[in-house]
Amino acid sequence: MSEPAETPQAPLVLVVDDVAHGREIFAEYLEFRGFRVATAADGLEALDKAFELLPDVILMDLSLPGLDGWEATKRLKSDERTKTIPIIALTAHALASAHDKAKAAGCDSVVTKPCIPRDLETEVRRQLAARSERS
Amino acid sequence: MGSRARLALVDALLAEQEVRPCAVLTLRWLARHAGVERGLCAVVESETGRLVGLTGLGLSLASVDAFSLDLNDRMHPLVVALAASEPVGFPGSGAGSGAGSGLDTPLGSDSFHAVPLGGPSESGDIGPGLLLVDAVDSAAEEDIRWAAEVLGVRLQSLWFRRSQVDERRYKREQSWLFGIINAVTDPILLTDSEGRILVANAGAEMLLTADDQKSEGRRRAVALNNMLFSASIFTSSSGGGPTRHELLLVDPTEGQDLLFEVMSTPVKIRAGETGTVSVLRNVTDLRRATDEIEEQYRKLRFAEAETRAERDRLDLILNSALDPILVTDPSGNIVLMNPPAERMFTVAPGDRSAEAERRVRANDAVFTSFVSGLYASQSLRWRGELSLIEPRSGATVPVEAISGKVLSKHGEDTAVVTILHDLTEAVEKQRLYEQVKRHSEELREKVREATAELAEQNELLRRQAFQLEQASAAKSQFLANVSHELRTPLNAIIGYTHLLLEGVSGELSRPQTEKLGRLESNARHLLSVINDLLDLARIESGKMPVQLERVVLQELIHEVMTEVEALIDGTRLTVTRHISDEVPEIHTDRQKVKQIVLNLLSNALKFTPQGSVSIRLDYEPEKEWISVSVADTGIGISEENQKTIFEAFQQADSSYARRQGGTGLGLTICRRLASILDGQITLISRLGEGSTFTLVLPRQPRET
Repeated sequence: MSEPAETPQAPLVLVVDDVAHGREIFAEYLEFRGFRVATAADGLEALDKAFELLPDVILMDLSLPGLDGWEATKRLKSDERTKTIPIIALTAHALASAHDKAKAAGCDSVVTKPCIPRDLETEVRRQLAARSERS
Repeated sequence: MGSRARLALVDALLAEQEVRPCAVLTLRWLARHAGVERGLCAVVESETGRLVGLTGLGLSLASVDAFSLDLNDRMHPLVVALAASEPVGFPGSGAGSGAGSGLDTPLGSDSFHAVPLGGPSESGDIGPGLLLVDAVDSAAEEDIRWAAEVLGVRLQSLWFRRSQVDERRYKREQSWLFGIINAVTDPILLTDSEGRILVANAGAEMLLTADDQKSEGRRRAVALNNMLFSASIFTSSSGGGPTRHELLLVDPTEGQDLLFEVMSTPVKIRAGETGTVSVLRNVTDLRRATDEIEEQYRKLRFAEAETRAERDRLDLILNSALDPILVTDPSGNIVLMNPPAERMFTVAPGDRSAEAERRVRANDAVFTSFVSGLYASQSLRWRGELSLIEPRSGATVPVEAISGKVLSKHGEDTAVVTILHDLTEAVEKQRLYEQVKRHSEELREKVREATAELAEQNELLRRQAFQLEQASAAKSQFLANVSHELRTPLNAIIGYTHLLLEGVSGELSRPQTEKLGRLESNARHLLSVINDLLDLARIESGKMPVQLERVVLQELIHEVMTEVEALIDGTRLTVTRHISDEVPEIHTDRQKVKQIVLNLLSNALKFTPQGSVSIRLDYEPEKEWISVSVADTGIGISEENQKTIFEAFQQADSSYARRQGGTGLGLTICRRLASILDGQITLISRLGEGSTFTLVLPRQPRET
């Protein structure tokens, strides 16, 4: 049913989440849906992977041990190499204030957990389209 | 004629010292011894150069005095006779011959003899006089000639002596006169008609004469004085009688002006010439004194006027003072009072009632006793409170009396001035003040108690509010945390379920798909419960942000209808819209209104098994209210349940609701949101017949 996962042209999504099942669900689903996926379990790893791989989209959990998602986003958005990469904040914080904080840090959009993987895919595609429109 | 008779005449003449008696004695002797009946004795008056009658015998006194003959008339027979040495006979007019009859003598026209008196006269060739006797016989002629000789010698002797005496007396008297004149300090002058000074006393000389030894200044002053004096004499003497005028001269020694009063009297200085005697009185000091007196008098008049004005002012003050003012003498009698005092201490003319009299006397007694206290004391001031009676009304008048002693230069009491001040008002004010003060204190005490209580309550409330706030914050935080902690596992459940349903892990059997479907459905329900709870928590903690914007409700309803289209499709209900075109734009939070309308519409669709659902949009222009009504023909809500339907987790039919996927929080949230937007949600419903929920909103919230 699904398309072959490994295609050279497939967009690369970096999934950042300190919770293993969180990483697994979205990574597995997106690979299933044809994306290339890399993962990171904390902020520093996220920065390393981002600078190394220069992904097309980053799914960023905000509550992370050590360097948190907000800080990681700020750094990525202030770096020439990574500042154009769309970052989708993925958070279990449902309050508007949390969303505002994420936007302020530089996130392009915010998705609240729990999140149906299909809805997340839609958002990823929307961001990719927006980015290709900008460039 | 006997020689004894002649001796007697000689003796008599020698005994006599005066001229006229000698002549009388001689004429009488001739009458007795020579038979002479009428005779006249005339003597030469050298001063006037005339022969005048001295005395007569048998003649009238007037005729003797009238006899006067100019000696210069040398051809006159009597003048000729005077110079003759022998008697000359003059025949009477009756004889018809001789010249005697033409002469005018006291002896008339009868014949007479003119016998010259003995001795030479002073004027030389003529004798001292003539003896005229009527005609006698020749026997007596010898006696007449002898008597004339003796009388002439005697008269000449007397005249000589007298002239010596007169000379001495004249000189003595002249010196006395000058002494007198000089003793008078006022300048006295005699001037002739030309204004030349004939006589001047020392005072006059000081002013009007100066010899060459005197200073130039003095000479000039004297010259000026002379000029001024002469001019004044000429102008004043024109009248003829005594005159009086003022003359300003210069003191030649001191140089200052001297004012004189000049009294001039014309006097005869010699025949045909009139001079002037002037007496000058120095009135410089007098004038100065007069001026000074006038000045003093003027000052006195002025001071008097001042004093009168001062007294008038004082009277005015006294009379215009509203408080009674009285002045008493040391005996305590009232000597002066102003009208207000008169009202208290005198009986009004119109009211002579015994009552009034008695009250006035009482007042007087009270006042006198008060004032006598001051006289008795050493102090100068005295203050007291008296109780007087208004004479007309009889009302008691409390007054404050302030008295002051008026002392003379010697420190004796001369008067006491007293001012009375009506205290009626003050006493009443004091009473009212005390009353107000008492009430005020009571009030203050009550306020203080109330305030203390209030403060206590406030403190309690504040503490409670603080606790509530803390509790609320804790609750919000708790809910947020719970939400987060629930979401994470729920995310795993929903995510994995989805992965399985999507076939990520391979194909599923039909029963597996069904069961996973239910799992997902329940997970979603759980998620909406969590979301609603979070909403409610935020509303209740006041942390729900409101974002106002212009909202076109027609558009909003259209959007909601689109969103519930899928839901409508799953029913067999008739859904209608009634949208008024009159509804204006409103100012509100679009997201929240949409949430409410969506909720109401969803509820209507969920709880209406059959029939219809309609949505209306209306506008009430007068109240500027917009209403969105959702009416259904559903199960309805009992009256009992209508009261609690808006409370959390209250669903009219729980089992039914659960079937429909409601959380039991929707209406609660809707009502709270409406309230945040200054609106409200009302409900009309009947069990089994349906419900109508209406959202009413203002065009603009009160606080923007």
